[in-house]
Amino acid sequence: MNQAISLSSPAFELAQVNHVRVGRTVLRDISLTIPKGRTTSLIGPSGSGKTSLLRLLNRLESPVSGSIRYAGRVLEEYPIRELRRRVAFAFQTPAMLPGTVLDNLLEACRCFSYKVTAEDNARAMHALQLAELPADYLSRPADRLSGGEKQRVALARALMTEPDVLLLDEPTSALDPDTSARLVATLSRLTQRGLTIVMATHRLEEARLMGGYVAVLQAGCVVDYRSSGALETAIVVTL
Amino acid sequence: MQIERAIDLGWFDLVLAAALVLVAIAISVWQRLGLGKSLLVGAIRATVQLLLIGHVLLMIFASREWSLVLAFLLLMVLAATIAATRRLEKHSAAPLRLICGIAILVGSSITLLYVGTIVVHVSPWYDPRYLIPIFGMIVGNAMNGATLTADRLYSEMRARHADIEALLALGASPAHASRDAVKKAISAAMIPTVNALAVVGIVALPGMMTGQILAGGDPTQAVRYQAMVMFMLTAATAITSTCVALWYRRTFFSPAEQLLPLD
Repeated sequence: MNQAISLSSPAFELAQVNHVRVGRTVLRDISLTIPKGRTTSLIGPSGSGKTSLLRLLNRLESPVSGSIRYAGRVLEEYPIRELRRRVAFAFQTPAMLPGTVLDNLLEACRCFSYKVTAEDNARAMHALQLAELPADYLSRPADRLSGGEKQRVALARALMTEPDVLLLDEPTSALDPDTSARLVATLSRLTQRGLTIVMATHRLEEARLMGGYVAVLQAGCVVDYRSSGALETAIVVTL
Repeated sequence: MQIERAIDLGWFDLVLAAALVLVAIAISVWQRLGLGKSLLVGAIRATVQLLLIGHVLLMIFASREWSLVLAFLLLMVLAATIAATRRLEKHSAAPLRLICGIAILVGSSITLLYVGTIVVHVSPWYDPRYLIPIFGMIVGNAMNGATLTADRLYSEMRARHADIEALLALGASPAHASRDAVKKAISAAMIPTVNALAVVGIVALPGMMTGQILAGGDPTQAVRYQAMVMFMLTAATAITSTCVALWYRRTFFSPAEQLLPLD
C-alpha cells in the first residue's frame, strides 16, 4: 500500500521498507512520505511497529529491505553521527547517564568535544525550559527523577544537538494531563520554527493537538495516512 | 651468609603432599559441594602436566635451540588462550578466542622483550632458563586479565545497553558510548594485580621468591627478582586487558555503529 502524500519538501521518504527484529517481522512494505517542518504522529497499538519505525529513521537499526531517504539522500549516504545529531531521538524509557541533569544534557556536547563552553550551558538551560522543566532541575541527580521527569530530560538532551528532526517515542506516556498538554503545546511551537517531529503515540487526541499528519500502524503495516484534521472516527475504532 | 641447598623432595614425599588434596575432597563431600571429582582429576592432571613439563624443559634446556624455545613460548600462549576463553561460553566463541590470543601474545611479548633485553640482559637472548619461567608467569597473568576483561565487558555492555544506545542516538561514536563499560572491564581485570602489589611480602610470599629461597638462592636477590616479576605482571595485565577491551568492544557494534542485540 503506497502511503505517499504529495509533499513539496519531504523530510523522509520510505519505499517498501521491511524490517525484522530478532527473527520477527516488525515492519512490512512501508511506503511513507514524512513532511518537513511538520509533525507526523505514528499511531497504533503496542507491537504495531511504531518504535521500530522511529529506530530506522535514526539508523539505530537498518531495514532488511527497502529504502529510506532523508532530505533527498539515501540514509546510508550520510555520515552516521552527523545524521544522528540532525535526527535526534528521545526514547520512551530513557536511560539517565550518571550525574546531574546538567551532566546528562552536556553529554550531548561531550560526544563531540571534551570542552564544554558557556554557550553549551546556556543551551542546556534553554532545552530544559522547552522540555517543561524548571531551571533548578539542572543540579538534580538524574537517576532520582520520576519517569515523567526522565522523559523530559531525555527530550531536552535530544534538543541539545539542535536537530532538524526530533523522533519522540511516547513522549507523554508518563506525564500528568496538564504537563502533557503544555509539552504538546511546546512541541507544536517547535514545528512552527521549522522542526520536523515524528512521534509515536497511543493517544489520538495528542496527535490531533499536534496537527500535521497521522500514520496509523497495525501489525507492522501503515493502514492509513492522512492529515490529522481529517482523522475519522472509523480509524479510532480500529485502534 | 651461608646459603643452604634445597632439601630433595622424593616421590614418597610427593605422595604425602598429595594427601592434602584429600582434605579438600573430604570437605567437598562433607559440605556436598560436588567438587570431589574435579579436585581428584585436577590433582592428577596437574601432577602429570608438571612431570611432563619437567621432561620437556630438560630437553629444551639441553638443546638450547632458539626455534624450539620460541615454539614452546607460542605453545604457552595457545594453551593460555584456550584456557582463557573456555569459561566464556555465553560470548561468541570464535572472535573472542582470536582476540584473547592476540592480546595475550601482544601483552606478554612486549613485556618479555623489555624484561629480557633491558632489565635482565638475558644472554643469549633465547636462554630458556630465563625466558620460559619468566614468560610462563607473564602469560599466566595475561590470561587471567584477558578472561576477566572479556567477561566483565560482556556484562557491562549488557547492563548498559540502554545508556549506550542513548549515547549512540545523540551521535556519539561507539568508542565514546561504551567508554564506561571499557573502563569497568579493564579496572576489574587490574584489581587482582593491584591487590597483589599491595600485599606482596606481607600477606603473600609469591612463588618465584619462595622458589628461589627454597632453592638456596640469596633472599635479597630473590626479593629483587620478585619485585621485577610484580612490575612485569602489572604491565602484561594492563596491556592484555586493554587490547581485549578495545578490540572486543568493536564486536558489539555493526559497521553502521548500531549496537548489536545480545543474547
